[in-house]
Amino acid sequence: MKVLEGFEFRRGNTFIHKLDPRVKLLYSVYIFALAMIYSHSLTLAVLFISTLPLFYVAKSLGKLAKSLKGSIILIAFIFIVNYLTLGFERALAMSIRFLLIISCFSIFFLTTYPEDFAEALVKLKIPYEFALTFTMAVRFVPSLSREAQIIVDAQRSRGLELEKGNFIKKLRNYIPILIPLIVGAIRRSIKVAEAMESRAFGASPKRTSLRELKLKLRDYLFLILITSFFIFALYLRYCIGIESYVFSIFELT
Amino acid sequence: MIEVRGLWYSYGEIVALRNVSLKIELGEVVAIMGENGAGKTTLIKHFNGLLKPQRGYVKVFGVDTREVTVAELSRRVGLIFQNPDHQLFAETVWDEIAFALKNFGFPKDVIERRVEWALKLLDLYSLKDESPFALSGGERKRVAIASVLSYDPDIIIFDEPTVGQDYAQKERLAQLIKLLQSQGKTVVVVTHDIEFVAENFPRVVVLSRGEVIADGATRKILTDNEILEKARLLPPQVTQIAWELSDFGVPRDLLWLPEIRDAILKIVGGRL
Repeated sequence: MKVLEGFEFRRGNTFIHKLDPRVKLLYSVYIFALAMIYSHSLTLAVLFISTLPLFYVAKSLGKLAKSLKGSIILIAFIFIVNYLTLGFERALAMSIRFLLIISCFSIFFLTTYPEDFAEALVKLKIPYEFALTFTMAVRFVPSLSREAQIIVDAQRSRGLELEKGNFIKKLRNYIPILIPLIVGAIRRSIKVAEAMESRAFGASPKRTSLRELKLKLRDYLFLILITSFFIFALYLRYCIGIESYVFSIFELT
Repeated sequence: MIEVRGLWYSYGEIVALRNVSLKIELGEVVAIMGENGAGKTTLIKHFNGLLKPQRGYVKVFGVDTREVTVAELSRRVGLIFQNPDHQLFAETVWDEIAFALKNFGFPKDVIERRVEWALKLLDLYSLKDESPFALSGGERKRVAIASVLSYDPDIIIFDEPTVGQDYAQKERLAQLIKLLQSQGKTVVVVTHDIEFVAENFPRVVVLSRGEVIADGATRKILTDNEILEKARLLPPQVTQIAWELSDFGVPRDLLWLPEIRDAILKIVGGRL
């Protein structure tokens, strides 16, 4: 559950917090695309380091560290699987790529108010119902993890030992946790739907928003900065062929 | 027997229990009361080891809870959670009740005997093949209770058993608690239901903001305005009437309906 801490919105008043969510989302998409295009551990590491100043400005480096710490098992898993199949360099590259993906999306979710995110999606012509579904899913993560804890306590009180047995038995141990959790989530979603309908959700086809998103000067500046960074990175990759250059250096040594 | 001494517990920065000490003897029936967030649930989670003391200690049957697992403690300390939906998962009521017995490794014939006993005790026998999810709220609650009573723990703890239950269910619960007491069980109940406590419990522990602010005879505590106000509790209705009539000579420490009836009759000379 610690991984999720890097995705939980915190109120803040920094430059990054104030940016238009659409611009931030575009940044995440840019970095995600670059994480896919680049494939050498060194270049991916440079990209990862390039995201850190944003966390610094957003005063969220600590949060990122926590979430990376929480994902250490997952990263170790990725590293080992790749190491066994593709070798050390590829394994390292895949692990750094994973770090990069976590960091580029957590800067977005850490600094974007969930309602603003929904508003951004609507502006991008995504139907409001879908946007709302997404923000509600994010909103319910903490309640769900609280509930999971209660269920674990209740079943442990009836003698359930999660750590007991071999691998298959261990998986089976989670059935008494998962079933109440899922049933509870479904029950709650029905209740939420009823509560929303009784408050006239969907009564008027066209919704207006209290807070209209509008691009400001800082958004344009940031947009120009990240877009030129993205184009430059593409240029390095495809026109200069920086990666084959990096690869060849490593092969020489 | 449960012995709590100098217990502190906090969730991050929020202190839930401050220097709590109390002792519950074998065969006692005790109610734990207090406002929301007073630390009641945190306290009872220490009794079967779900939470371990951060400072101080909790001993159950003389054993420090830090030295044993939850499973080992649960075998003797049954904790029944407030919301049955947090534990029901099996396909049938029968399986649900057998769950704990299987976890504790009872032999098959014992499991069958115990499940049947628990089903009958809580009047669930006719529902034994139903899905627990298809039952009413009161029935689900009873399944949850049966699933703990089935393995015959020595100490039984109920967390808010009366919430959302109708009068008939509450009566049934009161009967059950009496039955458990007559079997020599120790029963601890966390509740907000002051009438339920006044009628069924000889001893009350009152928590407020993580501290024990009162511990003793129900009659003394539930008729003490100062304690009740501190714990944000209203006195039982009979007590409220007794206070209203205290100018006419009705004693202020009445809890039960027959008592106040007799007190009033005595004042009016046996005739109304």
